[in-house]
Amino acid sequence: MENEVCIPINSEFDIVTARQKGKEMAVPLGFSNTELTLIATAISEVVRNIVEYARSGELCLNIVREGDKRGIAVIASDRGPGIPNIKLAMQDGYSTGKSLGLGLPGAKRLMDEFEIVSEVGKGTKITMKKWVQKNVR
Amino acid sequence: MKKRRIMKKEKISQPTPESEAALRQELVEHFREKREMLRQQWVQHMTAKGLLAGLTQEEIETESITIYDTVIVCLETGEYEDAQTYAARMAERGVLRGMTTEQIIGGLLTLRDVYGRSLFERYQHDMEGLSAALDIYEPVANKILSIVALSFIEEREKIVSQQQEAIKELSTPVLQVRDQLLILPIIGVIDTHRARQLTEQLLRTIRAKRAKVVVMDITGVPAVDSKIAGHLVQTVDASKLMGATVVVTGISPEIAQTLVTLGVDIAKMNTVGDLQGGIEEADQLLGYKTIRIEPETSLNHQEKKVQ
Amino acid sequence: MLVPILKQGEYIIASIQSELSDADLLKLRDDLVRRVSEFRSRGVIVDVTVLDVMDSFATRTLRSMAHMIMLRGAETVIVGIQPEVAFSMVQLGLKLEGVKTALDLEEGLTLLDNRIKKGDKKLGK
Repeated sequence: MENEVCIPINSEFDIVTARQKGKEMAVPLGFSNTELTLIATAISEVVRNIVEYARSGELCLNIVREGDKRGIAVIASDRGPGIPNIKLAMQDGYSTGKSLGLGLPGAKRLMDEFEIVSEVGKGTKITMKKWVQKNVR
Repeated sequence: MKKRRIMKKEKISQPTPESEAALRQELVEHFREKREMLRQQWVQHMTAKGLLAGLTQEEIETESITIYDTVIVCLETGEYEDAQTYAARMAERGVLRGMTTEQIIGGLLTLRDVYGRSLFERYQHDMEGLSAALDIYEPVANKILSIVALSFIEEREKIVSQQQEAIKELSTPVLQVRDQLLILPIIGVIDTHRARQLTEQLLRTIRAKRAKVVVMDITGVPAVDSKIAGHLVQTVDASKLMGATVVVTGISPEIAQTLVTLGVDIAKMNTVGDLQGGIEEADQLLGYKTIRIEPETSLNHQEKKVQ
Repeated sequence: MLVPILKQGEYIIASIQSELSDADLLKLRDDLVRRVSEFRSRGVIVDVTVLDVMDSFATRTLRSMAHMIMLRGAETVIVGIQPEVAFSMVQLGLKLEGVKTALDLEEGLTLLDNRIKKGDKKLGK
């Protein structure tokens, strides 16, 4: 079982590939069905962002461990235009339907940890993590 | 001049890696040689302390041999993987069989003492030798003890966790009252985890029972903050996506105030005062009508007849 | 990915069989809108049971589809949204406002029957 997988993102067809791979890697960790769907949906949103704003980029999936916690890390990176105002982009005024919505605050809600680094003209890197709930299994 | 005096004061010489390895091997051989004797001693002590209740002779025999040998292997190799594996398995079986902490830890402590005493005996005329031997032996014994203790604790925690989940599920039942109608009475304080669990359970039940209306009663919920209000709205919205209408009942004036303050659009939510009203509303939504049956067949009438 | 589209009396039923790319979804939308006009249908059912993810694009596309179909005089019902998907959608903040939803095909057909028989001319919700 691989610990890290990276998928090149070049077109919208990679969106489905990326989220399916994400789900595939997350299953053996013991996530519930709902959590798997949350992960796949979050991946869909950030990869979609890459396709829409940067045209190309990469999605990496890692199995992570911290102490006795296990989880999955999703890293979406691109060399696109970058986000000028991250604070604004992360504001929870996510409009349902307007193409201006970056889907980032939504993705953040679906995951446990969310980090975004972006520089105008250089690119964007989003790191999201979800941990397996110890009590649930 | 001063240097020499200090050197003479040092009683114990620092062990070299070679001498340590040799001593370690010596100890391993010693314990292997005395295996049957020490093992029997150990079993005797445990029996005397009543730690072996509920185990068959065969089990005592097999387990004690395995444990004894595993400790020796750890002493010899300095590797604890075998001990780790064995401890995990034993914890699982032990907890399953209802063995107590006393039995498991007590058994190991007894073994540690038996090994220790045997070393005292061997080195009784050689304090330096005893000290060196203990330096090698004690860390091993202690490490194994903590490995076992931790495995046992982890196993116990796992079971408690499972039990807690089961209790949680039982305390938030989704009840099917009629065809297509579910009632979800929520009682007590809700945290995010429980709220999520409730929502997931409800949605699965909507699918399983093909419910069209859910009466969610929050009479038993003392207070609502923005997080819980959010969960409430999410539950209503998610149910709607699955074709079910949620009627929220039992909203106290205080909670109503809180919801309004939080900006929740109560007007959009289908709310009714109490559970009974909620069920009546649900009936209407489902197209049911309640009709009073003929007086002759009703219970009241029957009782009167008997009198 | 071809989505089978069946005509059932006055209704059209589209049964999604596998995950759809963005292009597939747009094609489905345009196909359905076209057929509604072609057959003068009064109701459309889109079965998304198989979809294990409904993201912002899928939601937007289904909404615009329902809107376009409504402009052609028909009602759309989305059926088969799974519990995990419904949960994720509300967490993400996606709303299918203005689009009817039902548990499955059977319920969807019943819903259309009720609305059309009652002569309910209300647009949207």
